[in-house]
Amino acid sequence: MESAWEAVKALVSGLWTVLIHLFRKPITEQYPEYKRPLPVRARGRIILTRDPDGEERCVSCFLCSAVCPVNCISMEGAERPDGRRYAAWFRINFARCILCGFCEEACPTSAIQLTTDYEFSKTDILSFVYEKENLLVNHQGKDKDYNFYKYSGVTSNYGDKGEHVGEQKPVDIKSNMP
Amino acid sequence: MLLWIAGFLILLVKLSIILGVVLFLAGYLVWVERKFLARLQIRYGPNRAGPYGLLQPLADIVKMITKEDTVPEGADRAFFLLAPAVVAATALLMFSVVPLGRDITVWGRRVPMVITDLNIGLLFVFAMSSLSVYGVALGGWASNSKYGLLGGIRGAAQMISYELSLGLSLIPIVMLAHSFSMVDIVQAQQKYPFILFQPVAFLIFVISAMAESKRIPFDLPEAENELVAGYHTEYSGMRFGLFFLGEYVHIMVFGGILAVLFLGGWRGPILPPIVWLMIKIFLVALFMIWVRGTLPRLRYDQLMALGWKVLIPLALINILVTGAVGLMMN
Ligand code: SF4
Ligand code: SF4
Repeated sequence: MESAWEAVKALVSGLWTVLIHLFRKPITEQYPEYKRPLPVRARGRIILTRDPDGEERCVSCFLCSAVCPVNCISMEGAERPDGRRYAAWFRINFARCILCGFCEEACPTSAIQLTTDYEFSKTDILSFVYEKENLLVNHQGKDKDYNFYKYSGVTSNYGDKGEHVGEQKPVDIKSNMP
Repeated sequence: MLLWIAGFLILLVKLSIILGVVLFLAGYLVWVERKFLARLQIRYGPNRAGPYGLLQPLADIVKMITKEDTVPEGADRAFFLLAPAVVAATALLMFSVVPLGRDITVWGRRVPMVITDLNIGLLFVFAMSSLSVYGVALGGWASNSKYGLLGGIRGAAQMISYELSLGLSLIPIVMLAHSFSMVDIVQAQQKYPFILFQPVAFLIFVISAMAESKRIPFDLPEAENELVAGYHTEYSGMRFGLFFLGEYVHIMVFGGILAVLFLGGWRGPILPPIVWLMIKIFLVALFMIWVRGTLPRLRYDQLMALGWKVLIPLALINILVTGAVGLMMN
């Protein structure tokens, strides 16, 4: 009898609680009409940023490509006459990218960055292959002041590659084999 | 002869009107359920197809009809294809004995506002609701899937157990009304609805009816998180839709029967009788959805214990008490 009373009490209080919720405002966010502001570090479409001088930041070091768990970044390195390296072409296959953000973490120059844009779904899978011109943007992204080539890695008024203050000589990659 | 044809025509008209209205309402009951349940869970529910998602049932039907109708390999084809129809048809047939209003007169003929006034209307309802067990059990068995089979077995066990308490809970009503006919039962509630005399029977009936229509908290035959979808796991397209339809027509039928047996049927002040019946059915449906939004699924042993150890003894005692009181009153 005791337990039956308990059951009835539980039943009634449960029904009552649910009924009260009927009069609360729904908390659902109506997506296409309301877009919740995302935190800056939310991971969406990837961009290649420029340094404050307006030059490409990417030094084509292949670190992002190496760390990418799904191998969706590919590029070809090239060097300008002044010794500054850049990517001759740079390609991200967003159809494979899982937006994990590892590339951003690996990048030594803050070149590759993830943005908060997540609305780039399409029906043609081939159009997800983004080339360098699709990825490059005209701003610095999250890291405003960073400027790698101001201090090293390029021939400047102060000297050649490897001759700046605190800079080591470039490694001969051919001697670096395992 | 002419009279016979006229009677037949009237019957056909009544049948098609009721079939159309019931199917339409069943479709919109799905919408009501989704909306109301959503609000209980502080969500919005469907609100994209049309204003307030009102076209959602249509969109669902179009989707189901255009889907592929698959039959799993190794399934018992005939039974597999037939089972959903059994569920939907038995649910619809139950509606044929629910009186919808006062008798009306068309061209000098008295037309009862019920498809058939069977003198064993109540038994007919039970027969049909027992038959729908076949749809569930056969559908589960014929799909050649373990989930379907388990769902079907559970369905059969549950529905047979709760049929007993369902039937027993209504015997006091029959004792009060001195008739098995639904029309007579409504007549008998001229002064007071039977819920005032038989609150216990009312409770037992509501619980058993929820179990019969396999609704949460008695949805063990479907139990999504154990059995995928239970007896209709293997069904797709409109055949799945028929099971779905059967469930919602079932809700309406039980709403209607509940209204007829306990709430005075179509009786009510001011508004026309059919509106009153609709309101009562609707309130019962809302209550079922409310319960669905509140209670978790019972465990299998709890289900059986509730049915056999609580509801059936309670119903028997209720019959005895009603009989004793009836004797003393005489
Ligand atoms: S976010 Fe992850 S998956 Fe996408 S390109 Fe970067 S490392 Fe690869
Ligand atoms: S890690 Fe950064 S700098 Fe290196 S190749 Fe990738 S984007 Fe360019």
